[in-house]
Amino acid sequence: MKAAIAEHVHDGDTVVIEGFTHLICFAAGHEIIRQRRRDLTLARLTPDLIYDQMIAAGCAKKLVFSWAGNPGVGSLHAFRRAVEGKGPALEIEEYSHFGMVARFQAGAARLPFWPMRDYAGTDLPRVNPDIRSVTCPYTGASLATVPALNPDVTIVHAQRADAAGNTQIWGLVGVQKEAAFASRRVIVVVEELVDTAVIRADPNRTVIPGIIVAAVVVEPWGAHPSYAQGFYDRDNDFYVAWEAISRDPAKLAAYLDEYVYGLPDRAAYLARHAGLTQRLQARAQVCAGVNYGF
Amino acid sequence: MMAAVAARELADGEVVFVGIGLPNLACNLARATHAPNLVLIYESGAVGAVPERLPVSIGDPALVTGSLMVCGMADVFQCFLQNGRIEVGFLGGAQVDRWGNINTTVIGDYARPKVRLPGSGGASEIAAHARRTLVMAKLDPRAFPADVDFLTSPGHRCRGVARRDLDLPGAGPVKVITDKAILEADPRSGELVLAALYPGVSADDVRAGVGWPLVVRSTLLEVSPPTARELLLLREVLDPKRLFLRG
Repeated sequence: MKAAIAEHVHDGDTVVIEGFTHLICFAAGHEIIRQRRRDLTLARLTPDLIYDQMIAAGCAKKLVFSWAGNPGVGSLHAFRRAVEGKGPALEIEEYSHFGMVARFQAGAARLPFWPMRDYAGTDLPRVNPDIRSVTCPYTGASLATVPALNPDVTIVHAQRADAAGNTQIWGLVGVQKEAAFASRRVIVVVEELVDTAVIRADPNRTVIPGIIVAAVVVEPWGAHPSYAQGFYDRDNDFYVAWEAISRDPAKLAAYLDEYVYGLPDRAAYLARHAGLTQRLQARAQVCAGVNYGF
Repeated sequence: MMAAVAARELADGEVVFVGIGLPNLACNLARATHAPNLVLIYESGAVGAVPERLPVSIGDPALVTGSLMVCGMADVFQCFLQNGRIEVGFLGGAQVDRWGNINTTVIGDYARPKVRLPGSGGASEIAAHARRTLVMAKLDPRAFPADVDFLTSPGHRCRGVARRDLDLPGAGPVKVITDKAILEADPRSGELVLAALYPGVSADDVRAGVGWPLVVRSTLLEVSPPTARELLLLREVLDPKRLFLRG
C-alpha cells in the first residue's frame, strides 16, 4: 500500500476512492493521510467517513460529490464545519447521484459530456455552472448535461484479483467499473490475491480488467468500517460512533493520531481492534456457479 | 403510524424505489401484509430485495443476499428510473414547501449556509422520474415553509414554473404523509392541501405545523389507526430494536 500510494497519488491530483457503501477502501485513505498528500480534489458520490477523515487531516482542496452524510446516522461534521465556515475552507462541486454516475460514464467512454433527463426545476444548475444543457439533434428536446470526470487516480477495493489486476467484485458494484475506466491510473486493493485460473473460471464476475490497472495491493479487511460481501459485515457501530468523534475537532484529531498517524499500516490497525474480525466475519452463503462450457 | 399509513399507499406488484428508515419499514410492512409481490429497488443496485434484517444503510449487505438482481448504479438510474420503470418513489427532507418541492441541500444561503445538509443523492431524479412519489415528513413550521430555501427535488411548481411546463415525466408528490395528517397535491393548482386527519387531530393542529395558509378540503377523511397486526409486525418483527420507530 505504501509504495502504491507513494507512486500513484501526488499532491494536487484528482483522487477517487469509490464504492457505494460497499467496498470503500479506508486503508488507502489512511495511507494518503499518513503520507500527508495535499491539495487533492476528492471525488465520489458519497464522501462517507473516509473523505470526512481526509478533509479533517488537511488532504483536500476540493470535494466533488452528490450526497455528503453519514448513511443512516446523520452528518459528516468535518465536511460541515468546512462548508459552514467553521473550519478550514473547502471548495465544493455538487451533483445528484445520477449526475455523478453520468460524469464517470462520460469519462470512461472518453466523451466530453453525458446527456440525461434531470435537474429541470431544481436549484442545482444555479449553484453548479457545469450542469448545462444540449438540444437533441434528433428530437429537438432539451437535455441536461454533465461534464466527463477523468480522475488522475481511482482506487477500487474488491474481493479478489490476480497479480495482473484482473479484478472480480460481487454484491453491490456501484460505479467502480465506470470510475476505473474513466481514470488515468487505477489502484486495485483486494481481500484476496488469486491465481489467474480462478478469474478465468468465472469471467462474468470480472469488473475491472488487468490492462487498465497500475497496481494491485493485497490488504485484507482494508475496507473496514465499510464491508466486503462474503468477507465481513459493515461496522454499523463505528458509523454511529463517528457522529460523536467527528462533531468534536479535538476528538477527531485524537482519532487520527491513534488510528492513522500512530499506526504503520492496516495490519497494525487490525491488531489495535481486538475482536473485530470475529464480530464482523461474514457467514457463508455460497452460490453453486454456472456451466461455462460449449 | 406514518409507516402504516405509507404501507397502505402501496399496491401489490408495484415497483418501489425505497429509501432508508420509515420508507423501508413501510415497504416491508406492505410486503408482509397486503402486497407480497412488491418489488423493492434500492439506489445501491439491489432489485427485488428481501432484506432479512432491517437495513441500516441504503447499501446494506442484507439487500444483496437473496435479491432478484444486483446491478451497477448506471443501470439503476438509466435502465430503471429514466426508463420509467419505477412506479413509486419515496422522498423525505428537511424542508417541504406548499408545492411539494423538497430541500435536502442547505438551510440558508448556498454559499454561506446556516446548516449544510447532505444534498440530493438520488432524490432529484426520483422526484423527476418516479411515476408518483410519496413524501414522508413530520409537521413543523420550519420543516414546511411556504418556499424551500434550496430546491433539491421538484414538486408541482418550481420557482413559479408549473411542473407540466418543466417536461418532468413523473406525476410528482401525490401525497405527503406526516405525523398528524395526509396532505395531497390539488390536481389543478399543485398546491398541498389537507386531505385526511389522523384520529384525535384537528385541522388547526395541522395548520400550526405548516408555514402557509393551508387549504382544507371540504370533505376531510379520517385515517384509521394502525391495526393490531400492523403494530405487531412493525414493533416485534420489522424494527424490534426501534432504530426508526418512535413510540
